[in-house]
Amino acid sequence: MSNTVVATTISHTIGHRFKVWWMIFKISLEERLAYRGDFALGTLMRFLPIVTQIFLWGAIFSAGMTEEGKLFGYSYTDMVAYYLLTMLARAFSSMPGLATGIAAEIRSGEIKKYLIQPVDLLGYLFLRRIAHKVAYYAIALLPFAFVFFLCRGYFSSFPDLLTFGAFLASLVMGFLIGYYLEACIGLVGFWFLEVGSLLFIYMLLSFFLSGHMFPLDILPTSVKTVIELLPLKYLAYYPPAIFLGKIQGWALVYGLLIEAVWLLFFVVLSRVMFHFGVKRYSGFGG
Amino acid sequence: MSIIEIKDLNKTYHVHQKKEGLWGSLTGLFRREYKEVCAVKDLNLQVEQGEFVAFLGPNGAGKTTTLKLLSGVINPTSGSVNVMGYVPWERKNEYRRRFALVMGQKNQLWWDLPARESFRLHQQIYQIDNKEFNYTLTELSDLLQIGKLLDQPVRELSLGERMKMELTAALLHSPEILFLDEPTIGLDVIAQHNIQNFLKYYQKERKITILLTSHYMKDIAALCQRVVVIAQGQLKYDGSLGEIIDQFSSTKEITLSLDTNDQPTGLEDLGEVLEVNLPRVKLRVQRNKVAACISRIMDLYTVEDITVEELPLEEVIANVFAHMSQPSDTDKPNEEIVSSR
Repeated sequence: MSNTVVATTISHTIGHRFKVWWMIFKISLEERLAYRGDFALGTLMRFLPIVTQIFLWGAIFSAGMTEEGKLFGYSYTDMVAYYLLTMLARAFSSMPGLATGIAAEIRSGEIKKYLIQPVDLLGYLFLRRIAHKVAYYAIALLPFAFVFFLCRGYFSSFPDLLTFGAFLASLVMGFLIGYYLEACIGLVGFWFLEVGSLLFIYMLLSFFLSGHMFPLDILPTSVKTVIELLPLKYLAYYPPAIFLGKIQGWALVYGLLIEAVWLLFFVVLSRVMFHFGVKRYSGFGG
Repeated sequence: MSIIEIKDLNKTYHVHQKKEGLWGSLTGLFRREYKEVCAVKDLNLQVEQGEFVAFLGPNGAGKTTTLKLLSGVINPTSGSVNVMGYVPWERKNEYRRRFALVMGQKNQLWWDLPARESFRLHQQIYQIDNKEFNYTLTELSDLLQIGKLLDQPVRELSLGERMKMELTAALLHSPEILFLDEPTIGLDVIAQHNIQNFLKYYQKERKITILLTSHYMKDIAALCQRVVVIAQGQLKYDGSLGEIIDQFSSTKEITLSLDTNDQPTGLEDLGEVLEVNLPRVKLRVQRNKVAACISRIMDLYTVEDITVEELPLEEVIANVFAHMSQPSDTDKPNEEIVSSR
């Protein structure tokens, strides 16, 4: 008897949680769509660099290609395919405005509203971020599909289902690592108030060491061993590398496991930082 | 047991002292001086269920800090607070469902969306069932006359309208305690009046406990039976507004309408002459000499009309603050302001 009561209470609480999550998600989505013009333009403009990148790699290859038509183990078509997939990975893992937003709310005192309401700041922002991403994909899906269709010639073969599954898993984990890592940077605001420079360093490192700019295989082995240990590669390099079959078998399983460990690390870190940060917080700004 | 119990509460901030100018900014990069600022000092206070209490004090006196401590936004340096059996800064969800904090200078609604959307979110966050939510929202929007504004983006509302929305959002979950930090700041007289009327009515209906800070004496005179004066982080007075006036306004103002336009003589002997604008004359007279003064006036002049008024509340409170900021070791008779509770 009491067991069923407990069970219904639990299912009630879970049901309630989903309702809250759904509402936060829905409202964030509505907010996102409030400025349709700016939003659509911003989304579409991100496709512009593709053309320049394809030409740039074309020029690099025509200058420094080996006899079998490869550069650092990548053919020209591979490189373009890598670049396109990186764009996709970055669409998952980049978090524009997250860290600066958190720091700004700490500095201005806006964060108080999360402290007095029965909500959890990190969970709340997480749902808002998903809503942002969903709104983004909704607009970007067609252009993305169009670009991939135009560039279909650059993809030599479609990976098998298992590899594709691993690719999807790494995309999702990339999103999560991106979120929690940037949330941690934002939470540094509890101690330093301004996180702009820290974020700049992160962006710079991420630009070169995540594989955003070039495949990490290009780098000398000594540098690569260090980068292999960092979480940054999961933000851009990893999903395309899986898709293109650069990582296979046990190395893939191993890599995904390490990714999961990094994810766990940042989830825990963000929680710990939030806990101590709020304690330190003295309610700046009136 | 009291609904709010504050015991020996202290909150000290470390404040970075920046020296003047660019050189000060540069040296500040290497060595920083910090000053300890006592925002709240040995505060003891009890509030009973259903009271409407005003926190009065000059800027920086520690009123807002006290509200922040009570709502659990910050942790104290020492001391204890018990609100409805909870320690606020543990931020338990059960506690957070039972109070609300409204800050006149902060916006808690979604800026780009109609307020109705924010309210829907509150409904979920605070687990309000549909029937109750609809009932409360209708009641509040009728009282505050905001029914037509619910579907307009918040950014398009006026300051007064936005404040009404903030109040509605805060009251949707029927909190038992409401903390109001300058709820009428920046509002015009009519909007202030509307909010006062609403708060008065709502508090009477629901019998909730309200703590309010405000700089508008009208707010306080209209709303609060009990006034707590805080200065330099310390409690300086606790009692009714009437008692403060008795203690701190030793004079009254007498306004005369004379039936002549000739300059009257002998006014200076009656009291301090504030204004002579014939046929009107304004005098300030010691409280205990008012009656004697009036009878002398009647003897000396032909008077068409006479009014006797208390000092404007603003002036009284300015006296109180000026008095509070004096060092406390002087031996003026009025110095000991003992709490009446």
